[in-house]
Amino acid sequence: MMSTNMTTETPPAPASALKNLGEVRAMIKRHKLNDYMFSLIGLLALTLALLTLLTLFTDLVMDGYQRFNMEFLTEFPSRRAAHAGLLSAWVGSALVMLVTFLVAVPMGVAAGLYLEEYAPKNWFSDLIEINVTNLAGVPSIVYGLLALGLFVYILDLGQSILTAGLTLGLLILPIVIVSTRESIRAIPIAIREAAYAVGATKWQVVYDHVLKYSYGGILTGVIIGMARALGETAPIITIGALTFIAFLPPTPVTDVAPFINFEWLSSGFTVLPIQMFNWLSRPDHAFHINAAATGAIIIVVTLLMNGTAIYLRYKIRKNIKW
Amino acid sequence: MIKPTTPIKAESRNLNFFYNGGNHALKSVSMPLYENKITALIGPSGCGKSTFLRCFNRMHDLYPGNKYQGEIVMHPDNTNILEQGVDPIEVRMRISMVFQKPNPFPKSIYENVAYGLRVRGENNKRMLDDKVEEALKGAALWNEAKDRLQDLAFNLSGGQQQRLCIARALATDPEIMLFDEPTSALDPIATANIEELMSELKQKLTILVVTHNMQQAARVSDYTAYMYLGELMEYDDTNTIFTRPSRKETEDYITGKFG
Repeated sequence: MMSTNMTTETPPAPASALKNLGEVRAMIKRHKLNDYMFSLIGLLALTLALLTLLTLFTDLVMDGYQRFNMEFLTEFPSRRAAHAGLLSAWVGSALVMLVTFLVAVPMGVAAGLYLEEYAPKNWFSDLIEINVTNLAGVPSIVYGLLALGLFVYILDLGQSILTAGLTLGLLILPIVIVSTRESIRAIPIAIREAAYAVGATKWQVVYDHVLKYSYGGILTGVIIGMARALGETAPIITIGALTFIAFLPPTPVTDVAPFINFEWLSSGFTVLPIQMFNWLSRPDHAFHINAAATGAIIIVVTLLMNGTAIYLRYKIRKNIKW
Repeated sequence: MIKPTTPIKAESRNLNFFYNGGNHALKSVSMPLYENKITALIGPSGCGKSTFLRCFNRMHDLYPGNKYQGEIVMHPDNTNILEQGVDPIEVRMRISMVFQKPNPFPKSIYENVAYGLRVRGENNKRMLDDKVEEALKGAALWNEAKDRLQDLAFNLSGGQQQRLCIARALATDPEIMLFDEPTSALDPIATANIEELMSELKQKLTILVVTHNMQQAARVSDYTAYMYLGELMEYDDTNTIFTRPSRKETEDYITGKFG
């Protein structure tokens, strides 16, 4: 509307200007072609990636759907495929994840906070920064070897839930550190200065503000790290997790004082991906069905964890605008 | 002319400041802040007025490599707040600051105002309630905020947010309040509110304000300092600065020939 008004009110433009306008429009059209091209390529790449995942998932579900019942979750592994279940595997995974969480979160958050808020910025902290980033790229089997040497042989922790939890904790530590630092960096300087300006100490600024405004991002990093740890197989095999377990670790909570015990930490265990790997390596096709069902469950749990991460970040960020 | 009997709240003496990397941002600045008066700092961008203001609450200490030389002495206790032995936190407990852009915490209105008191270890609910109310009244925000104290501060308008920041700075009963271009992000009505507020606040405390807006300096301040390239060019009562400045440079800046 504006443009039609403009043309009626302004005197007719000289012919040369109109000709130029035509050229300008043609040029804009040419340039806009790039927009379309790129969004097409991007969409194609996205579809391809999603389709692959979808195919994989559908395939697993199709193969394993017969085992989607409660029995599959409440039975121990068995020689008879149709009665074999995931009980020891999912309990093992849950307990290992608990240790992983308890190891990775305090250490990762403390390290990230220290690097970002307290450490002097010099060549040494640069060196540490580069190394932390590099650690995230170290193949997980290397962590397994480290854990075998350190936790199993030197510290004599055995092939236990504790060893597995510590190993996976170390594995996701860089993820937690990096996500902690990034969330902290997202807090504007103005907010820190506001807190310092009323007389807060560094720790008050960290505790009352930095941690409170960044925990959404930290939590996201933790959950994504945990989702990765859940699927890790190589380091767990390296430290010698058992593959056929027909018992549960001692329960962490008891009915006699002091109501918690730590025996479960030194218990043998198996985890979901190892159980899957074990079934997959059997010649009997019936076990492959179990493996497919396990695979589908791992994917669903992983997606749920990532979904939770996204939801939490959204929910926490909603109250923070900068 | 400034009456020699006017009581002084604080004064900088031969203050030099060097940013990390050696930029000599303040050159031997000596000037007083008179008690219960508003002193305005004017000058072109980069002249060091914000740098000078931020010396008063040791904000520069937050970043490594910055260096002060000279003194800022507070009266009546004659403390040199730039001295090594004086903790910047102690200084910030006595001198509060309002920033250029409203910077409320992503917390409730109540918690924003109460934060300075919480930092001082005050947790008594009654005491906090009273102080919050008093500060919000002092910042002319009480009527708008009293029914929504638990609302997020971000839900306030820009002008209200800036008054909230003033309430936050006011709640701790500071002796001096620093304003770093407090209205540059606000519309004219909100600006007028803040200016009126500053005139009321000076009954209770001493104000140092940096402003880009010369009309603002003329409207609100009692004394005006013109700075240029890190030096204090001229300092006098506002009326004199704006009507009969003694230096040609000041006159050029004020009349818009320069800057």
